[in-house]
Amino acid sequence: MSTASTTSPDISGASASGPKKQQGYWAGVGSRVRRDKITLICGGILLVMFLLIVFAPWIAPYDPLQGSMARRLKPVGWQGHLLGTDELGRDMLTRLMYGGRYSWFVGITPVTIAFAIGGSLGILAGFVGGKVNMLIMRATDVFYAFPSVLLAVAISGALGPGIFNAILSMTLVFIPPLIRVSESVTTSVRNLDYVESARATGASAFTIVRVHVLPNVMGPIFVYATTLISVSMILASGLSFLGLGVKPPTPEWGMMLNTLRTAIYSQPLLATLPGICIFVTSLCFNLLSDGLRGAMDVRN
Amino acid sequence: MLKYILRRIAYAIPIALSVSVVCFMLVHIAPGDPIDAIVPPDTPKDVVEQVRKDYGLDKPLPIQYAVWLGHVLQGDLGRSIATRRPVAGDLILAARKTFVLALTAAMFGFAIGIFLGSLAAFFKGTWIDRLAVSFAVGGVSVPHYWLGMVMVIFFSVLMNVFPAMGAGPGDWQWDWQHIQYLILPALTLSCTPIGLLTRTVRGIVSEILNQDFVTTLRGKGLRNRTMMLHVVKNAAPTILAVMGLQLGYLMGGSILVETIFSWPGTGSMLNAAIFRRDIPVIQGATLVLAMFFVMLNLIVDIMQTMIDPRIVRK
Repeated sequence: MSTASTTSPDISGASASGPKKQQGYWAGVGSRVRRDKITLICGGILLVMFLLIVFAPWIAPYDPLQGSMARRLKPVGWQGHLLGTDELGRDMLTRLMYGGRYSWFVGITPVTIAFAIGGSLGILAGFVGGKVNMLIMRATDVFYAFPSVLLAVAISGALGPGIFNAILSMTLVFIPPLIRVSESVTTSVRNLDYVESARATGASAFTIVRVHVLPNVMGPIFVYATTLISVSMILASGLSFLGLGVKPPTPEWGMMLNTLRTAIYSQPLLATLPGICIFVTSLCFNLLSDGLRGAMDVRN
Repeated sequence: MLKYILRRIAYAIPIALSVSVVCFMLVHIAPGDPIDAIVPPDTPKDVVEQVRKDYGLDKPLPIQYAVWLGHVLQGDLGRSIATRRPVAGDLILAARKTFVLALTAAMFGFAIGIFLGSLAAFFKGTWIDRLAVSFAVGGVSVPHYWLGMVMVIFFSVLMNVFPAMGAGPGDWQWDWQHIQYLILPALTLSCTPIGLLTRTVRGIVSEILNQDFVTTLRGKGLRNRTMMLHVVKNAAPTILAVMGLQLGYLMGGSILVETIFSWPGTGSMLNAAIFRRDIPVIQGATLVLAMFFVMLNLIVDIMQTMIDPRIVRK
């Protein structure tokens, strides 16, 4: 567990910031990413969004919770409100910026935790094999017997609304697929000749995992985890759309979309804005992970 | 072959049992005493204890589970806290509506997805391929609850061609009066299977087209149409598995679309139950939908081996 979590920031850091001088492989990945326009554009859009939501308290034009009944449901571009106002007269742009903080946080956190836990369990199952493998993989099968949205909705429905419960239920949904992927890549690496020869030279299990297994399996597992972020963003906002995430008046994209449903007759464009934010984020993460998969030469 | 099928069914039993354990535990992971869901809040303490005994909630969890499972196997899923009606009866009606929606969305999604996917594979690298792939990425990235709203805005509010809510009057029937309610939610729900199938089919078909036997067949002078038959035969098992999974996902994952369109299925039922914290309904609906998924996986596995006997040997 500790080995996986100490290595993961290393890899994500390297792939996010492009080429690192020490490794030829990462330099290659970096230059391939730089030549891939779609990936660059998506990364750029996500970066701008990230900065907007992180610095929301300093750059947002209004207070996200303060509205005025006189100014409710004003159209996009209405005086002083670039994206209009919501059903309680609060500035949409401000609320979208603040709302993104929760949407991103609840979307990315479960995948990150599941990456650490699922990745470690999968590597353990794949490397140790035998009974440990059986135990972990059979437990995984049980969670695979649930459609993922249903499992998330049922668990967080039973636990009750709240960000923590939403993250918990989504983490439980993402652990099994990450276990399966890490188990299968680890099993294939474990049977390679150089692992065998390392064992023959008397390397300890820990050394083999650290030196030979981890560097070879982290890439595919990481790329798989990034493909889950898009699903996770949609699911996170979906849960809060159902009232299972943040509590009003705290802004969150999914919840805003739900409360604006009444406005689809009077202000259709305004009502769909939070959804457009979710769509753009999810699309960019999807394309980014596709680009990363290509650049890191990970096969499906 | 028969031996494999029996073994596969035998393997599904522990899975089904474990799924039932997870569903059973939903009541117990819910915060608070499960008894609070049964008695009104101001009940005297001795009455509460009596009810606890009557419901068997004073017994250890494994025994409670066995009793609960016994009831479930007899078709008794408990009573809804909100309506006091048996969960099973309402659930069957709702599940039928969800099935209509999921099946329609799946059929539509599969047809379009397979079409786009094969088109992209045959014309790999051309603009047709790029268009299909972009469409697929859009399909898997779009939050369908948002797409549902956009559909309502376009087709119900602005153009007024399809109704925005409900499933038509009375019981479901396959006539226009009812089908017009089905079109928007089914279209919305089909965007994910379209995206996923386009991707999968494109990958598999282009891989098959690159194999040696295809080159040989081409060399033999086989026409494209006959070639298709070979491609279909080789691609079918994997695509079938993806389709089975997708149908299950649509059944279990229709909650958001049903909420948007007020489609009176299991999703709307779950949504209402979550809102009222009606745990027996959440539990019952989850159990039924998950069991459907387990069954579906079993059927798909068996069908796969029937099409491609090589799978058994693995």
